[in-house]
Amino acid sequence: MSDIKFTVNVDEYLSLNKYEVDESNAHIELKGGAEACDPAEFDKLIRVCPAALYKRDEDGKQSFDYAGCLECGTCRIACGDTIVEKWENPQPTMGVEYRFG
Amino acid sequence: MADFDAIVVGSGCAGSVAAYELAKAGKSVLVVERGNFAGAKNMTGGRIYGHCLRAVFPDNFDEIPFERKVSHERISLMSPDSNFTIDFASDELLKDGQESYTVLRGPFDQWLAEQAENAGAEYIYGIAVEKLVKDESGKVIGIFAGEDEITADVVVLCDGANSLLVEQAVGAKRVPASQMAVGVKQVFELPEEEIEKRFQCNPGEGAAWLFAGDCTHGTFGGGIIYTNKDSISIGIVAGIEATAEKATVPVYQMLEDLKNRPEVAPVLKDAKLVEHSGHMVPEGGITTMPELTADGVLIAGDNATMCVNLGYTVRGMDYAVAAGQMAGQAAVKALDAGDTSKAGLKCYIDALEDSFVMKDMRQFKNVPAFMENFDRMFCGYPEMMRDMMNTMFVVDGTPVGPMKKSMMPIVKGMGMMNLFKDVRGAMKAL
Repeated sequence: MSDIKFTVNVDEYLSLNKYEVDESNAHIELKGGAEACDPAEFDKLIRVCPAALYKRDEDGKQSFDYAGCLECGTCRIACGDTIVEKWENPQPTMGVEYRFG
Repeated sequence: MADFDAIVVGSGCAGSVAAYELAKAGKSVLVVERGNFAGAKNMTGGRIYGHCLRAVFPDNFDEIPFERKVSHERISLMSPDSNFTIDFASDELLKDGQESYTVLRGPFDQWLAEQAENAGAEYIYGIAVEKLVKDESGKVIGIFAGEDEITADVVVLCDGANSLLVEQAVGAKRVPASQMAVGVKQVFELPEEEIEKRFQCNPGEGAAWLFAGDCTHGTFGGGIIYTNKDSISIGIVAGIEATAEKATVPVYQMLEDLKNRPEVAPVLKDAKLVEHSGHMVPEGGITTMPELTADGVLIAGDNATMCVNLGYTVRGMDYAVAAGQMAGQAAVKALDAGDTSKAGLKCYIDALEDSFVMKDMRQFKNVPAFMENFDRMFCGYPEMMRDMMNTMFVVDGTPVGPMKKSMMPIVKGMGMMNLFKDVRGAMKAL
């Protein structure tokens, strides 16, 4: 199990962004779902995802929510051959919308 | 007969300029942009060098919505308990054709798209192209946008760092994690005069500030600060493989720690956070560059990893603008000649090879490998610099010895061979 340390709550930052969340379509999917993923691979995504979408709680339970995705593709590059099974762009007009960029 | 002479996928620096060149030459052009407006999915550090835009927009260059002209180049070597900063200002940095500007991609990309639209390009926004249309011979003859198949004699692919189409177009493999970086950035609003005070800049001017060392807590990457008109961009750019495998904290925590550094916190004081963004930087340059043409298709910009990170200078947008211009002009030539096959599009390769774009890529071909293995820059040299500076600046009343005697152990602590190797490596790579 990892000892990746962080104190910041990125969700609060994401709430400042403009999103059109596509509730019915996950544009990123993990092989077998987040809970089943190899912890070592999952750790990589915890370290590199700028939106902190890959989480592990105190009990060690892994979770992933695409809703705050910044669509950078970093998880696809980091783990596209292992646990990131699907990475597509969100459906038309959906996803993040940067006002500053 | 195809629906359009040309389709451009993506309306960033390369795509808008390619579409502008095509439309200006009287070709029918469709631009398909996945954002609801140009720039909606884009992010930069960032700064663009003016020369490339002067070449494309000689008559209306002054209308470009730049944020600030960069008059201060700052580089910091950061150890956990010190920070050594170089601040360079020069008249040469401000001269037309040599100058650079901070930009925000929202306003900047919309202006670029507007130039293409005003020249006659048609736009579809809000749809990501998922697939290219090919004929029996394998030639690219169009795109699928949502349900619709739209055809063109030539397709210019400018779909950015996270391209899902380059593989389809030219069969290139996904860029390895060792050659890509992830950028995480926040934009803080602050009044114009306050920015000028905090960064000691004249009105309209600003700073580009790069950090190496403890901002990534020792792994491959760095920090950035750019002053915009009435906001400050602050971010971390970190190698994906190094961060995934070795980082002690996640990238967003690196950013948080950078914001809280005593050297940085005062410039952000009372500034209002307005956006948190992420994007990739294809730092591989020529080592990861795909084939840039195939039958019916041209590739330009970040998707072709046209980017260099030298540590003191980071470039990508000027390469994208220039490559977009050359791709647009080459597509016009090929259309006029009635041959958009790979052979017909070779004029794009020739133009690139003859320009600073490919010449720079070749010049810096060893930089990515050098940077990747330059661990001492991220942990080692910042500490050495700290110890040397402390030797010079700390005064405690004890008798001062000869400088040579106090400095040499610090330098020796790094290892003379290591220093020699790194200097030699840098000389060779740069």
